[in-house]
Amino acid sequence: MGKKTNLHSIFEAKIVWRAVFDSFIKLNPLYQVRKPVMFVVEVGSILTTLLFAFSIFIPSQESSLFILLISVWLWFTVLFANFAESMAEGRGKAQADALRSSRKDVIAKRLSRPTRDAEITSVPSSQLRKGDFVITEAGDIIPGDGEVVEGVASVNESAVTGESAPVIRESGGDRSAVTGGTLILSDWLIIRITANPGEAFIDNMISMIEGAKRQKTPNEIALDILLAGLSIIFLLVTATLLPFSLFSVRAAMQGNPITITTLVALLVCLIPTTIGGLLSAIGIAGMDRMIQANVIAMSGRAIEAAGDVDVLLLDKTGTITLGDRQATAFIPASGVKAEMLVNAAQLSSLADETPEGRSIVILAKNKYGLRERDIHSLQAKFIPFSAHTRMSGVDLDGREIRKGAADAVEAYVNKNGGIFPQDVRESVKEISREGGTPLVVAERKEALGVIRLDDIIKGGIKERFAELREMGIKTIMITGDNPLTAAAVAAEAGVDDFLAQATPEAKLELIRRYQSGGRLVAMTGDGTNDAPALAQADVAVAMNTGTQAAKEAGNMVDLDSNPTKLLQIVEIGKQLLMTRGALTTFSISNDVAKYFAILPASFSSIYPQLGMLNIMGLSSPQSAILSAVIFNALIIVFLIPLALRGIRYRPLKAAMLLRKNLLIYGLGGLIIPFIGIKIIDIMVEMLNIF
Amino acid sequence: MTVNGIEQIVLYLIILGILIKPLGNYMANVYEDKNLGLINILRPVENIIYRMSGIKKEDEVSWQKYATDVLLFSLAGMVILYLIQRLQSILPLNPQRLSSVPPDSAFNTAVSFVTNTNWQGYSGETTMSYLTQMAGLGVQNFVSAASGMAVLVALIRGFVRRKVNTIGNFWVDLTRTVLYILLPLSFVFSLILVSQGVVQSFHPSTDVQLMQPFVSANQRVSTTEALTIRTQTIPLGPAASQIAIKQLGTNGGGFFNTNSSHPFENPTPLTNFLELLAILLIPAALCYTFGRMVGDTRQGWAFLGAMFVIFVPLVFLDYYFEQQGNPYLSSMHIDNLGGNMEGKELRFGIAMSVLWASATTAASNGSVNSMHDSFSPLGGMVPMWFIQLGEIIFGGVGSGLYGMLVFVIIAVFVAGLMVGRTPEYLGKKIEAFEMKMASMVILIPAALVLMGTAIAVIIKSGLAGIANPGPHGLSEVLYAFSSAGNNNGSAFAGLGSNNPFYNTILGIAMFFGRFWLMIPVLAISGSLAKKKFTPASAGTLPTHTPLFVLLLISVILLVGALTFLPALALGPIAEYLISIR
Repeated sequence: MGKKTNLHSIFEAKIVWRAVFDSFIKLNPLYQVRKPVMFVVEVGSILTTLLFAFSIFIPSQESSLFILLISVWLWFTVLFANFAESMAEGRGKAQADALRSSRKDVIAKRLSRPTRDAEITSVPSSQLRKGDFVITEAGDIIPGDGEVVEGVASVNESAVTGESAPVIRESGGDRSAVTGGTLILSDWLIIRITANPGEAFIDNMISMIEGAKRQKTPNEIALDILLAGLSIIFLLVTATLLPFSLFSVRAAMQGNPITITTLVALLVCLIPTTIGGLLSAIGIAGMDRMIQANVIAMSGRAIEAAGDVDVLLLDKTGTITLGDRQATAFIPASGVKAEMLVNAAQLSSLADETPEGRSIVILAKNKYGLRERDIHSLQAKFIPFSAHTRMSGVDLDGREIRKGAADAVEAYVNKNGGIFPQDVRESVKEISREGGTPLVVAERKEALGVIRLDDIIKGGIKERFAELREMGIKTIMITGDNPLTAAAVAAEAGVDDFLAQATPEAKLELIRRYQSGGRLVAMTGDGTNDAPALAQADVAVAMNTGTQAAKEAGNMVDLDSNPTKLLQIVEIGKQLLMTRGALTTFSISNDVAKYFAILPASFSSIYPQLGMLNIMGLSSPQSAILSAVIFNALIIVFLIPLALRGIRYRPLKAAMLLRKNLLIYGLGGLIIPFIGIKIIDIMVEMLNIF
Repeated sequence: MTVNGIEQIVLYLIILGILIKPLGNYMANVYEDKNLGLINILRPVENIIYRMSGIKKEDEVSWQKYATDVLLFSLAGMVILYLIQRLQSILPLNPQRLSSVPPDSAFNTAVSFVTNTNWQGYSGETTMSYLTQMAGLGVQNFVSAASGMAVLVALIRGFVRRKVNTIGNFWVDLTRTVLYILLPLSFVFSLILVSQGVVQSFHPSTDVQLMQPFVSANQRVSTTEALTIRTQTIPLGPAASQIAIKQLGTNGGGFFNTNSSHPFENPTPLTNFLELLAILLIPAALCYTFGRMVGDTRQGWAFLGAMFVIFVPLVFLDYYFEQQGNPYLSSMHIDNLGGNMEGKELRFGIAMSVLWASATTAASNGSVNSMHDSFSPLGGMVPMWFIQLGEIIFGGVGSGLYGMLVFVIIAVFVAGLMVGRTPEYLGKKIEAFEMKMASMVILIPAALVLMGTAIAVIIKSGLAGIANPGPHGLSEVLYAFSSAGNNNGSAFAGLGSNNPFYNTILGIAMFFGRFWLMIPVLAISGSLAKKKFTPASAGTLPTHTPLFVLLLISVILLVGALTFLPALALGPIAEYLISIR
């Protein structure tokens, strides 16, 4: 899925045609009544159509052509609004189709009971039910969402997440959830299926994207009320103009009262049709932008809340620092030459394709000039890291080099009859205390020394945090590290605060404390022990790699499982609200110019002096009214791309944002219609129909 | 415009500006139950009132109960005032032996004074006995003003309080407002007025012989016999006490028919200046009170900024229009370089007449010292538009500021979205319920004005009252309904409105214009009080900056213009454009 949207992808031919078709379907008044502003326009369209029909048989004070043209453009106004909404929905539908096609039906190996030696029946995955047990082995596709009950395996979840690095799934703990459609790379798993067909995660995603469950969000409802209130005011303004003009005709003893057609045209021009027509499209497009970012929001409400977030709780690893630590030093055990340690460390890492392993080889080369060697020509046998041994290494020329976590290596050395040296233990402790990760290298019974791995702060993250601070958002780093290390990393990364030695309880407590101070808190999490904190947070993004419990507790799921995504989510939320505000302002400021077009046109027969208000110099009363109506309809079309993409967002202080948007959409909204209506009037005049 | 006129207006603004902070501070002390200095001697009176009426001042209530209390109190006031008028002929203190007030006029006047509108279809000196003036109208001058201020204070509590259901006690707010704010100010002000020659007497009106009898051209007994006028009746009465509160409490109902242009209500340039000051004093100072009570005086100054930025240019614009003189006279080569003096008192001049007209319509006072009907077309449009903006540029005591707060809620809603947050004001989220109530507050006065005018200009009994032909006739009706629907009370005159049709329809407009606004305002207060508080951050929309003030002004002017421009185009604007041709 592309992360950047451009005009081309917005207006894809297939989506456009479907949207055009849907625009007509949506003319159904029962559907329009949900959108008060557009409903008024539709009623106006019907009314003018009837007036046109009458005018053919009964001559009236205005030409049938004029009534017809007004009527046609009023219908266009409704259709354009429908089109905007259909376009927004269409993009979601296209995405849902893509997801649906990626869902594969596979043959599952169903077990009669959850043990390896149980009897196996082959069934299609679509026949699996909640509570069934299946076994999957290396090379199999996991047939459905489930929970690992036995076994440890590495799984490629790129089908759902797009991330190709394999993840470990094992029974118990935080890594027990598996998603249907993902691929087992090594070992085997016995899985208890937790979702019936059609209820699985991917199905939820599809229905969410398609907007089947879409309801108006709280802010959307509030805005709708304001727009309805304004519409009623303008309804009164136009309705009372008829008696006023009747009185004025008598008072001036000349002219004609305002016609129904003109009143309808004036009403439609005054009510906020621009925002009223685009409001639902903006909401759907916001949801859609989340999906573009590979985030599934469980509700529109969650996206709005994201705009309000004051406090971000960010996990250190993966968000602030690179998920992988990198080697920064070799500390030999006493009596061991540094070269010997480096040599062994490099040998053990040559075939280790993990980022840590590669960083060891690079450090050996940069710091000790040890060139890379080809592991195959050395006739070495690489022992990969396994979840059981928690060590990796290499066997060559009878040597057996291992590296791994201190306790695992200590057990290995002891097993081989060696004694784990005290100074290595000291180094391990010291590195841990300083926030680094120690890897001990050993050769059979001899521990050679320690490789120090350190956190690397992500590039650009510090600037990102500064921007967030500017926007009034506080960042808090969450880490299991001790306070000293946490402080060091926090200072380097430029976060506002940190929570060290974080336990699930401490996280929950921290969230509650901020919330009781009136703050809105966002966090990401993946483990089952994150679930309470996720449930408490206002915006809770669960990693797709996380457990089912975490996903259920959150109100968004990040398919990329990228904790940095939180920043993007906040931006999308803000952008959604800003787009609504900007178009509302634009819509209301537009009215001024429309008055200057329609009022002199409507009353010039009664008080010709009012022609002085025709400051745009529009050619004729009919042309003036028609031009205003056409402008009002076309502006919706022009703003569709803006509604779908959202207005441009830059992280600025609130006061700056307001100034910028007021200037563009407020002042712009005041001026643009003067120009637009004049241009349309010139074109109408050229047609020479009035 | 003359230098002298400009100087007077500027001096007025400066003195008003100086008084805002001390009075605003004092009023905040009253509502926060703090030390009131000298006024502390009235404390026992407050307690006696509570004891006698069984009020427990700690008992705070929900918004629903608060609204019920306001409504019941006002309804009771209306019934009493109606009865006093209807029974006036048999009640004491009626030296003129005035008959009872007719039912439609009594209804209209009862609603008018209870709603703080003080629209007067009647003529004071020939209709109301001294008892009716004092015990009926005078009492409502105090308590209708106090009710407005009580509702404002309740709304402020909604912003200040967190997660509670109560918004205060109406009886306590009412008592404190009358006792500590309105009574002391009126007392001092009445004494100053009396010193300047405003009458305060129970003596019946006196007939005096004219030195120069004259023949009236207007009051012919028959078509052939002209009436020679030899005596003049000089009306008297307890006027000074009434005039102080009518100005301070944005009531505006004159003791005499010609209101503050009458020499016994407003005898000297000094009383004129002070009465003018009294119009805007409390509404302006309440902005500061608001700022202090919400803990951020900048918020109050922001309102004042918005009010002055709208008020001052319009005053000078109005002054300019009136100084232009009458184009019809000019075309007849009649010198009127002094400006349009028709309907204005010579002792006040154009500047002070225009300033009064603006202040009395910006605040919902409604007293007049000149006849707005005689202003030039655009000169008369300015006061009318002040009313149509919703009586929020200063506005009525209490009611002006709560109306302004509703506009702030609307402005914050749109602006809040534009900075990418769901809108909040003073730490309180503005959500669907608040928007529903705020929309009602904006909608109802506009609906009353437009629909009332529409009805009046198509039905016979409505048209019968219109005296002037052409667009000016529409202006007169539009002004009357603007005044009633927004609880201003001033009249454009020229409209014969003391008849059953106008008395009834304007009475209804005044009633809904007052209480259908108070109820949603109290509902907003109740809803806000329940909410939690969100502290401000750099991402929060600042609501005290010039930019926000500018936005607020734009919203007010845009809503005001969009709602009334078509009607104004057929009234004063058409009249003006015709006159310059």
